[in-house]
Amino acid sequence: MSAPGVAIETRGLDLFYGDFQALTRVELQVPEREVTALIGPSGCGKSTLLRVFNRMNDLIEGARVGGTVLVGGEDIYAPGADLLRLRERVGMVFQRPNPFPLSVYENIAFGLSVHRLAPRREHDMIVEQALRDVLLWDDLKDRLQRSALALSLEQQQRLCIARVLPLKPRVLLMDEPCSALDPIATLHIEELMRQLKRDYTIVIVTHNMQQAARASDRTGFMYLGKLVEFGETARIFTHPRQELTENYIRGRFG
Amino acid sequence: MSPRLSQKIAFALLFLATLLVVLPVAVILFIIVAKGASALSWDFLLTMPRDGMTAGGILPAILGTLYLVLGAVLFAVPLGVAAAVYLVEYSSDNRFSRLVKLAIVNLAGVPSVVYGLFGLGIFVTFFRFGASILSGALTLGIMILPVIITSAREALESVPRHFRTVSLSLGASRWQTVRHAVLPHALPGIMTGMILGLGRAAGETAPILFTVAAFYLPRLPQSLFDQTMALPYHLYVISTQVPGIPENVRYGTGLVLLALVLLLNLAAIVLRARFRRKKKW
Repeated sequence: MSAPGVAIETRGLDLFYGDFQALTRVELQVPEREVTALIGPSGCGKSTLLRVFNRMNDLIEGARVGGTVLVGGEDIYAPGADLLRLRERVGMVFQRPNPFPLSVYENIAFGLSVHRLAPRREHDMIVEQALRDVLLWDDLKDRLQRSALALSLEQQQRLCIARVLPLKPRVLLMDEPCSALDPIATLHIEELMRQLKRDYTIVIVTHNMQQAARASDRTGFMYLGKLVEFGETARIFTHPRQELTENYIRGRFG
Repeated sequence: MSPRLSQKIAFALLFLATLLVVLPVAVILFIIVAKGASALSWDFLLTMPRDGMTAGGILPAILGTLYLVLGAVLFAVPLGVAAAVYLVEYSSDNRFSRLVKLAIVNLAGVPSVVYGLFGLGIFVTFFRFGASILSGALTLGIMILPVIITSAREALESVPRHFRTVSLSLGASRWQTVRHAVLPHALPGIMTGMILGLGRAAGETAPILFTVAAFYLPRLPQSLFDQTMALPYHLYVISTQVPGIPENVRYGTGLVLLALVLLLNLAAIVLRARFRRKKKW
């Protein structure tokens, strides 16, 4: 079990790709309904850590995990843990907007159809709600049957966020969700994150420090597979306790 | 040499090569149509052969080929696609999967008459299906399996990886991912393999020689276990084994076989176009 208010907790988390240790003894507590940012130079393990939380690392051959990871208080690596159920509870948004080459509607209903979560007559309502939640409904309500690939990149990324919502996840993982977007679209997505955190716990990986500073409540700085420092974003960016953190956020490396 | 000149020469050579490919096809088509068209009539298409094949129609051969092709496709497509799905989506790169892939490549290189012998040994004799539509269709099906599997594998592999990642990240199981996020997008490519296999199955003579084809059987097959005439074999028979067949009947038979294959392909292509939704990635 985790303490109340903690959505994700890792205890002594190690992760290996074959012989390479990608994460070393990571201790982290992600609070509920906040935006937590993971920053650090390329290859520091921030994306790997993100993919621990929905076990997407399982897809990589030779990946092994040690230690304990609790999501909603449940040990997600325990033998017999329900992997599919975990991924329903922990949704993921990827670096590049990646809608299926289907209609807007079919993209959002994908999870519903696969999991048979709701009778078909309720799909319309759920699709509408998901689009409203990402502020796309007014733009797209007349274009639900159009191909999702015809949308702008920002709309596509919103759609990808909307696509996980019908599964009623508790946590949204975002892996550099704005790196393919222009600065204006980036601000829009950040604004959306601020709205979504009322209902969801958000963990975002970014190598844009301004983004972490603007959009997150807590920040973790990672370096060489270790979580060097973790704390309130304002404090991390103004009074980092570790020299490494300070050097990174001052732009001395990375 | 100036770039403009070499460009012209390259263009001319490439165009010539293309022309040389198209030309024989056009000539073959022209000769067959010119010499065979006069034999075509509803009678020719819809009646039984008479008088030792020197008169009457070729209905049993048309139907026989149709049954054989459909049987082969019905057998080979589900089996081949399932095998391709296993190879692409499930198997890891181990000795077994490499062996299977090697076997498929080799299977594609086996001469068709060997398939005929294989069908004779396995289906006709061992399973006691006798010389029958069932034996012939299964033999043809095995013959086209490599084409089906290979094109299905390529179709599956061309579906972008992120479709799978996204589907899995949405909590779909491996099978649900294949079923909902991969197969629908691979369908057009799979159909292409089917079209290729279809044409091959319709035209081959050797695999049906020992397994199903009847020399002269002027009645329609009643069941899967009946022998039947088939167009390619019938063409061979009336061209080389029976004297006194009018030339336009021989070419007419060839023309019908050609038209049948084109028709089947056309149907499959139309079907494929309907599956091919806004495929852009």
